[in-house]
Amino acid sequence: MENQPLLKVNQAGISFGGLKAVSGFDLEIHQGELIGLIGPNGAGKTTSFNLLTGVYVPTEGDIFLEGVRLNGLPPYQVTRKGISRTFQNIRLFNDLSVLDNVKVANHSRAKHSMLSSILRLPSHFNGEKEMEDKSIELLRIFQLEHVKGELAKNLPYGQQRRLEIARALAAGPKLLLLDEPAAGMNPQETHDLMELIRFIREKFDLTILLIEHDMNLVMGICERIYVLDHGQLIAEGLPEEIRSNPKVIEAYLGEEVSSDAQG
Amino acid sequence: MNTKKIKGFWLFVILSIIVYFAVQMAANTGMINNYHVNTLVYICINIILAVSLHLVIGITGQFSIGHAGFLAVGAYISAIVTMKLSLPFPIALIIGGIVAALTGLIVGIPSLRLRGDYLAIATLGFAEIIRIIFLNIDAVGGAAGMQVTKMTTWTSAFICLFITVLVIVNFTNSRHGRACISIRENEIAADAMGINTTYYKVAAFAIGSFFAGIAGGLYAHNFYIIQPVQFGFLKSFDILIFVVLGGLGSLSGAVISAILLTIISTFLQSYPETRMIIYSAVLILVMLYRPQGLLGTKEITDLFKRKSVKGGS
Repeated sequence: MENQPLLKVNQAGISFGGLKAVSGFDLEIHQGELIGLIGPNGAGKTTSFNLLTGVYVPTEGDIFLEGVRLNGLPPYQVTRKGISRTFQNIRLFNDLSVLDNVKVANHSRAKHSMLSSILRLPSHFNGEKEMEDKSIELLRIFQLEHVKGELAKNLPYGQQRRLEIARALAAGPKLLLLDEPAAGMNPQETHDLMELIRFIREKFDLTILLIEHDMNLVMGICERIYVLDHGQLIAEGLPEEIRSNPKVIEAYLGEEVSSDAQG
Repeated sequence: MNTKKIKGFWLFVILSIIVYFAVQMAANTGMINNYHVNTLVYICINIILAVSLHLVIGITGQFSIGHAGFLAVGAYISAIVTMKLSLPFPIALIIGGIVAALTGLIVGIPSLRLRGDYLAIATLGFAEIIRIIFLNIDAVGGAAGMQVTKMTTWTSAFICLFITVLVIVNFTNSRHGRACISIRENEIAADAMGINTTYYKVAAFAIGSFFAGIAGGLYAHNFYIIQPVQFGFLKSFDILIFVVLGGLGSLSGAVISAILLTIISTFLQSYPETRMIIYSAVLILVMLYRPQGLLGTKEITDLFKRKSVKGGS
């Protein structure tokens, strides 16, 4: 049992009509790892995230989290089982305050019932208090406490990205999926983000899978990297191995250039 | 934070008691006549309808335009309970509400899978089905309608209004209400954060239908007769207009626009030729100059809060 991977994906894939968006996707992540998933545009990275989180039901293969099969579970149940995510194009609750954004993600861990809230029973106040305390603590870690009353849509871009990660953590995941967390950030912000990812991983004992285009970030913090192209895994290994893998270079730069490089 | 909310609650209770007794005294001393009291009762009913639809459209973001269907269920069921079964009026109201909520569940479970325009059309269709069913049941009078004794009083209408607002405010300001708002804001993200979106959509729909049913009971026992034609899609649009005009997402906005529009339309009854023209012109003007509705997404209490914060700093 000890060596059981946290997440095991076995030959998973999905087709939309005749189009195979992802196929034969294999993935094995162990507790505490920080894994990168890279690939050119349209390679199927976000689609594979959507498979893992239940947005799409795989048409082939299986997904196991701690040995429990996740195929066909709706996204909210996948989240409750311990996979939570951020989105490539930020999806915050724009007209809710920063604090409420995090509180929403705390939802499924609170116990007080609808009736207790309507009748304002003590369990409602205790439950809400607990949610508020937990959420503020998270905001403090992400240095967002001073803006907790702002509407999410009024935050600057970098803070919105941070808030999205804070919100994903509030759902209490074992495995955190980050979909291009550094998209649109400048080098300084990207650097801070790397520090933050390292920090939360220690602090929350997390396992992280991240999609990223920024090679500095991926090569800098990921322990292992998977490479997707045209919906297929083309390589897997340590950052150095990936950097020098001819298949990967070909996928990114095209055949012409890679043969030039050889010649 | 907590004490502020509790203060707000007692302010609401005290204000309600003052309004209630002010109207009661005015009616007893003859300052306002029966016609005025009737208008006030009608305003209460319209506020209940507006607030219950606000929960579905403004909070949960599900564009339902068949609210008159649940009003009809509440009206007919409660009228049957008092007129045919001779049970007391409060019991009739509750039964009307419960049956309306069950209807809401039956309508909501299949149709809330749809989004946007499709949901709107589906709910409109369901409301028409409900109306046609009552039209074809001879036991409730068919098209000729059903005689109902007047039982709705200022007191009963106001108590129902008070409970409706309290329940919906309490629901909204809890984790359950936040779950509903998160669905309105971004359903995919809500789902990804562990919110059972179907459950909360259906729950909000059922609670909204319950209070529409209560309003139906009050409505039926206020007008001596109920006919299916009163619950057509124009009635649904009337309720929708309260919510949109007040500002989607603002409960106090829905209340204020329900009050204003009921007064305007009652006042205009003396000018039947121009009534609909003026009423429509008011709506067009508001939408031109405040497309986000009277209060936008804000509550009236927010306006006071902002002032006190500024004063404090």
